[in-house]
Amino acid sequence: MSLFSKNNDSQPEFWIKYLDAFAKEKKEKRFFKKTVGSRELQNTRFVVFDTETTGLDYKKDRILSLGGVAVVGNQVIAADTLELFLKQDFYNPDSAQIHGILKQGNYLKVNEEEAIAQCLDFIGTDILVGHHVGFDVAVVNQSLKRAGLGRLKNRQLDTEILYKRLVHPVNRPLQDKRYTLDELAEALKIPLHDRHTAAGDSLITALAFIKIVHKLNSDGEMKLKHLFR
Amino acid sequence: MQNTIATRIYDFLKQFPPFQFMASDDLFKISTLATVLYLDKDQILFSRDELYSDRFYIVQQGAIKLTRPSGNKTKVVDICDEGDLFGLKVTSENTYRTTATANEETIIYTIPVEAFSAFAKANKAISNYLIASFASNIKDPYTLQQNGSLLNTYEPDRNQDLLGLQQANYSKNVISCDPSATVQEAAQLMQSSRIGSLVVTSNELPVGILTNRELRNAIASGTDTTSTLTKNIMIHPVVCAPGDITVGQAQLMLIKYGVNHLVITKDGTDRSAIIGILSKHDIVVSFGNSPAELIKEIKRVEKTKLLRMSWEKATVILTNYLNQGLPLSHILNIFSELKGALIYRTMELSLAKMSEPPPVPFTWLALGSQGREEQLLYTDQDNALVYQNVPAEKEEATKAYFLRLANRMNKRLHKIGYDYCPADMMGSNPLYCLPISEWKEKFKGWIYDPSPESMLLSGIFFDYRRTFGSQQLVNELTTHIYSLLGDSSIFYRFMAKDALKNPPPVSFFRNFLVESDGAHKDEFDIKNRAMAPLIGAARVLSLYHGLKNVNRTSTRYEQLAMLEPENRELYESCAYAFKALLKFRVQQGLKNGDSGRFIQLESLSKSDRLKLKRCFKPLRDVQEVLRVRFQTQNLS
Repeated sequence: MSLFSKNNDSQPEFWIKYLDAFAKEKKEKRFFKKTVGSRELQNTRFVVFDTETTGLDYKKDRILSLGGVAVVGNQVIAADTLELFLKQDFYNPDSAQIHGILKQGNYLKVNEEEAIAQCLDFIGTDILVGHHVGFDVAVVNQSLKRAGLGRLKNRQLDTEILYKRLVHPVNRPLQDKRYTLDELAEALKIPLHDRHTAAGDSLITALAFIKIVHKLNSDGEMKLKHLFR
Repeated sequence: MQNTIATRIYDFLKQFPPFQFMASDDLFKISTLATVLYLDKDQILFSRDELYSDRFYIVQQGAIKLTRPSGNKTKVVDICDEGDLFGLKVTSENTYRTTATANEETIIYTIPVEAFSAFAKANKAISNYLIASFASNIKDPYTLQQNGSLLNTYEPDRNQDLLGLQQANYSKNVISCDPSATVQEAAQLMQSSRIGSLVVTSNELPVGILTNRELRNAIASGTDTTSTLTKNIMIHPVVCAPGDITVGQAQLMLIKYGVNHLVITKDGTDRSAIIGILSKHDIVVSFGNSPAELIKEIKRVEKTKLLRMSWEKATVILTNYLNQGLPLSHILNIFSELKGALIYRTMELSLAKMSEPPPVPFTWLALGSQGREEQLLYTDQDNALVYQNVPAEKEEATKAYFLRLANRMNKRLHKIGYDYCPADMMGSNPLYCLPISEWKEKFKGWIYDPSPESMLLSGIFFDYRRTFGSQQLVNELTTHIYSLLGDSSIFYRFMAKDALKNPPPVSFFRNFLVESDGAHKDEFDIKNRAMAPLIGAARVLSLYHGLKNVNRTSTRYEQLAMLEPENRELYESCAYAFKALLKFRVQQGLKNGDSGRFIQLESLSKSDRLKLKRCFKPLRDVQEVLRVRFQTQNLS
């Protein structure tokens, strides 16, 4: 695999498949504008995902663990999850206190490229949901870049931004407030378990997402596009 | 591959039967097939008669209410909370027998039936658990109760109560008599103590029981009650029990010995001191309050404080009736009876405290919502006192007597939970404690010389109802009022105008009109904006038609529907709308622990808002009828 090649033939199969899926979706969208464009909120598969990294500098730090769960309607499907631990040469002991992932921990680990391959296969063209999702997308993009590939093409939703839409306009000052996942969970009465594992955090985020969407959709007439406002 | 979510589901399930009986590998396999489902409060998971899903459910957090229709009510079959399993097909039916609704915010794990049943069949412990659990879920709570007398009681919240494991309540105030007392003496004692049974004692030990039944049998058989002695007709030996007897045990003893009373003694035998008496009635009460039992209880209460406690039970009944979706007119009827008994007993207690009996006949009137029998929650007192005319020289003393009585009455009602009327429309106000002649003058003034101010009073006083005392005085007043009304069109116009002072609550933009300032800013005033206009319209229309002794707003509309066939549909929908609004208000009041008058619109679901809005259409139309019929636009 060449880092500089633009030639599809030299790119890994999983990446070609990922791009093809988007191309196909785009074509379908043009074809069946109505059906695809008005995809129902209830039937859409969202991928809620989270990464544990060696630190908060997305350029320097590396992914240690990657977790994702699928949400359809108001359900999280246990069988439809992804949970990966990565082999990384780079390790930052400071962040271990937070996520508790050891450099030589007893996990079944995969290398970064394998992780990306599984991740892209899992998310497909679905909408990504995360708490402060920008960071997680950025670190995944860095991994993709290291592998000589392009950026993630999926549309994204941030639970913090969605949550703020529930805050009454009267409380405008709160719009600038940043909410941690713990604060969000507390406000939405979601019990905290397995916090700071990628999969545990993504389940909490998934429940938060379901609750927020349910509240936003109190009249039952919300369309998918309303989430991207 | 690691699966934290499945692991978490596994960790949760393994705490509960039947999953705790499963091998951990199997349970983990099941856990990977689970889904995590979120339900908001009142969201429906499945409905009765819907096809069974291929999954069943375990509550992880929150609670699920299972209901099914029973007659025209909705009956709560079970409330499933953390770790409870439901929605599993156990009969040959292909559809759910109950409706599952989230009782609060709930998270559920769903598990595929097919994968699970493979394990269930192979594992005896699992199938045994399932059989046992569903056998107990299906049981009808009423089957434990032997006779039909309890069918109108509410269902206790805890099954514990049904099993009768709680300690029985018995009466500790035992009235007893000597075996050598005559039957007549014993009967007199029972009458003055308002009880249905006496314990016959000798040397303070129980030797027999005398009840209404023995008295009846003695009289029927021609026994001479003045000479026959109690010991000749009493039931003996007595059946005794210790004080810590449970409801279940007590019930068994009553059946076993074929008696209606147990004497509670220190050591449970007839050789020790009596500490109480337990009747079949006490057992019935233990299983929940029926209105009939509650009325009996109210009639016997000796202290105002206890009256308050009895009345609080009525609130429990009310809540349960509303939850069961009983028709509101039925609930109103029952509550009217209960309220009537309450006021009657309060008056009896007040009279007993007076140094002498009333000098002349009098009537205690309920006014306003109480007069219309539309009061379900605690509200203000509105009442008045009417007494027979007395010669001028006795007037002062007579009025003073009735004012003292009314004062006692108002204080007692206050103690029971009814606030004093802020406008002082109470019997203890000298303005509203009057001889009938002065009442007649008062009504005459309101009718012949109406003003916007007097309309405020009319609104209250024209909805009067007797709650204690002479019916004749009431009839006299009513006849007088209707004789004045016949030719007084100006009065109807004022009254109609008054009923129109609140505009329909839905504004041009199809939004609710809410309060613009004050403590209830942005809340909807259901009393003033929706109910009062309907009440006012019903009042003026029924006065116009000379409808007597019909006070309840919904009944007034039903009667009007018969009198004016051309407006039948309108009046019928008014009756319906009023009942719906009243129910709504009571539910809000019970939920928020207040009068339910102000409603936060944001707290209502969309469907509730729509329901409310639908109630306003007939209101707008009936206001139009008043406007046209009584030409209110010409009144300044």
